[in-house]
Amino acid sequence: MKHMASERHTLSILVDNEAGVLARIVGLFSARGYNIESLTVADVTADHAVSRITVVTSGPPPVIEQIMAQLDRIVPVHRVLDLTALGPHVEREMALVKVAGTGAARDEALRIADIFRARPVDTTTGSFVFEVSGPTSKVDQFIALMREVGLVEVARTGVVAIARGAEAV
Amino acid sequence: MGAEMTGADIVVKALTDLGVEVIFGYPGGAVLPIYDAIFAQSRIKHILVRHEQAAVHAAEGYARSSGKVGVVLVTSGPGATNAVTGITDALMDSVPIVVLTGQVPTHLIGTDAFQECDTVGITRHCSKHNYLVKETARLGPVLHEAFYIARSGRPGPVVIDIPKDVQIFKARYEKPGVIGHKTYKPQIKGDRASIEAAVEMLAAAERPILYTGGGIINSGPVAAQLLRELAKLTGAPVTSTLMGLGTMPNEHPQFLGMLGMHGSYEANMAMNRCDLMLCLGARFDDRVTGRLDAFSPNSTKIHVDIDRSALNKTVRVDLGILGDVGGVIEDMIKIWKSRGHKPADLEPWWNDITGWRARDSFGFEQKGKELLPQHAIKRLYELTKAQKPIISTEVGQHQMWAAQHFGFDAPNKWLTSGGLGTMGYGLPAAIGAQLANPGALCIDIAGEASIQMNIQELGTATQYRLPVKVFIINNEYMGMVRQWQELNHGGRYSESYSDSLPDFVKLAEAYGWKGITIEDADGLDAGIAAMLAHDGPVMVDCRVTKLANCFPMIPSGAAHTDMILSAADTLGEADEDAKALV
Ligand SMILES: Cc1ncc(C[n+]2csc(CCOP(=O)(O)OP(=O)(O)O)c2C)c(N)n1
Ligand SMILES: [Mg+2]
Repeated sequence: MKHMASERHTLSILVDNEAGVLARIVGLFSARGYNIESLTVADVTADHAVSRITVVTSGPPPVIEQIMAQLDRIVPVHRVLDLTALGPHVEREMALVKVAGTGAARDEALRIADIFRARPVDTTTGSFVFEVSGPTSKVDQFIALMREVGLVEVARTGVVAIARGAEAV
Repeated sequence: MGAEMTGADIVVKALTDLGVEVIFGYPGGAVLPIYDAIFAQSRIKHILVRHEQAAVHAAEGYARSSGKVGVVLVTSGPGATNAVTGITDALMDSVPIVVLTGQVPTHLIGTDAFQECDTVGITRHCSKHNYLVKETARLGPVLHEAFYIARSGRPGPVVIDIPKDVQIFKARYEKPGVIGHKTYKPQIKGDRASIEAAVEMLAAAERPILYTGGGIINSGPVAAQLLRELAKLTGAPVTSTLMGLGTMPNEHPQFLGMLGMHGSYEANMAMNRCDLMLCLGARFDDRVTGRLDAFSPNSTKIHVDIDRSALNKTVRVDLGILGDVGGVIEDMIKIWKSRGHKPADLEPWWNDITGWRARDSFGFEQKGKELLPQHAIKRLYELTKAQKPIISTEVGQHQMWAAQHFGFDAPNKWLTSGGLGTMGYGLPAAIGAQLANPGALCIDIAGEASIQMNIQELGTATQYRLPVKVFIINNEYMGMVRQWQELNHGGRYSESYSDSLPDFVKLAEAYGWKGITIEDADGLDAGIAAMLAHDGPVMVDCRVTKLANCFPMIPSGAAHTDMILSAADTLGEADEDAKALV
């Protein structure tokens, strides 16, 4: 199975919001040699009892299956969902992108930001911080363009994802 | 609501409510309140070991030989870190134990306090689950939940880290009713349609094999009975992993013996050539499969396991059934009977097997005075089998020879460190087994190197008057290491000679044991008889020939069909790929 093509999968892991739970999840990935491309976590219920962890990972299908099974074994894990396998879902991430420059470069940065619907959330005479959100590819593209007009640094959230339609998972 | 009690009293009360009779432990600053609570009662017996690693192995031996949960109590810092090997061992071999560790008081956690260590961090990936209990009121519920988690589903070790202040503060304790868990819900009952499909596949098979493992033992003694019934109904051959020995009677005509790296030729050949493999509570370990791409290439595979992650982990199967193996076998039997299935005509298949059996792959020839280790173990078996002994082992050649030549007829009689392969396991495990089975004959079949890894436990046996026997297969080598060096590393015996060995007889006597030496083949039976005749603990230094190798052997990374049956088949120096494998 090592020789099968790798696939990118987005997993949703619902866990009890208790001390150490993130360490259990992340530690499992490192202990067993699985990839983490991105990871986000926050509690998602009114009583703060349940956290939703979104992990983007990659591997051949049997490895993805094994990752799911291993995650499912962790005691405080409620459910593990492979959103990629389950079907249509929305994936978004947000980035804060700092650009410095004056003159034409500064104008160009603003123009590109406008096209990407990125909002300036901080401005000085020599810099902007843009907030951009969307699918990973859009954020990647925006950052690539900013590189040409004075990119200073980037902070990204990583992917959050949810299944389409009316039902809860 | 119950009355207010200290955390330490809650620990002892909860353990009592959980039916705990024995705790294996070692005191220290961070658990003194619990030791105080133990002092004040007489329901639970505390066994003072000499090293925390041994406490855990003793609890494993207790658990595996009795089906109960083993309990360990150790202090913070070095107490907890010393326990880590045992905890990992229990995880690998699915042994239900609960380990209570002391911790520095909550306000000192994170300050590098004296004897502080991050116990939950360190044990996170070597336990089935772990807790840091920060409030006294949580102690009761956590203890009950920990036992439930340790023993249910795929059993394993659960660690509870208890800061000292939590042991001293007071809270109310109440014995809970039925334990459920909001997220942990092992699936016990196998899917009906899948089980029906499995029965049809089994009934249609021409060359079936039942590949069984430790899961059957963990499922309870009934599961072994059910396995025997299924074997009878189907007429299929049965093989077992190292961990599953005893589920099928050793002498049963359908039993092919252990499979895998040092398994029988017939078991491995049958695994290779079968058309249907029914894996029951085993996990396709690399010691069993050998080279994966050559593992049983033409069979349809069914896997029954209680751990979803065991299904399709290394070997892709055609049908996975998640559930308790005993229950699944029971369902299979019912369905088999209700559908009126009869054993298929397996005669051609049994003819093949008979041919492989004729190779007598476990055979050896004892000639002259020089004692073969295989013969020593065979005689030990023959001279003790009427007493249905409980056997533990250390790790190495003697362990594999014990698996090959000591016959087991019932589950829970064979205690060995299979997954982790921990030298030093056998003596404390025998101590634990003896405590769980006071009248039983408990023997640790040891190697002269391994036994030194927990030799201090001789004192524990003496203190509690446990008549355990240690039977050392003394070849003056770390034999298994030496064997690999002979086969893979050009015979360069780097650091594998057991130099400066103690005089085991004097050592035994120093601890109040009886010591016996068996010098050669002529003295074997008399030595064993003397061991059995003594009603206290006995250590036997059984001198065997030094350079025997354990065969048959599938070299690491080789296929089942590339089995080495005797020294004559051995290869020269291994290539790099083979050397890289363990
Ligand atoms: C704690 C530990 N350290 C190292 C090993 C590696 N190892 C496996 S078998 C073995 C030699 C055991 O020698 P002995 O107890 O004399 O048994 P023999 O093989 O000679 O029967 C060693 C060092 C191990 N299994 N466990
Ligand atoms: Mg040895």
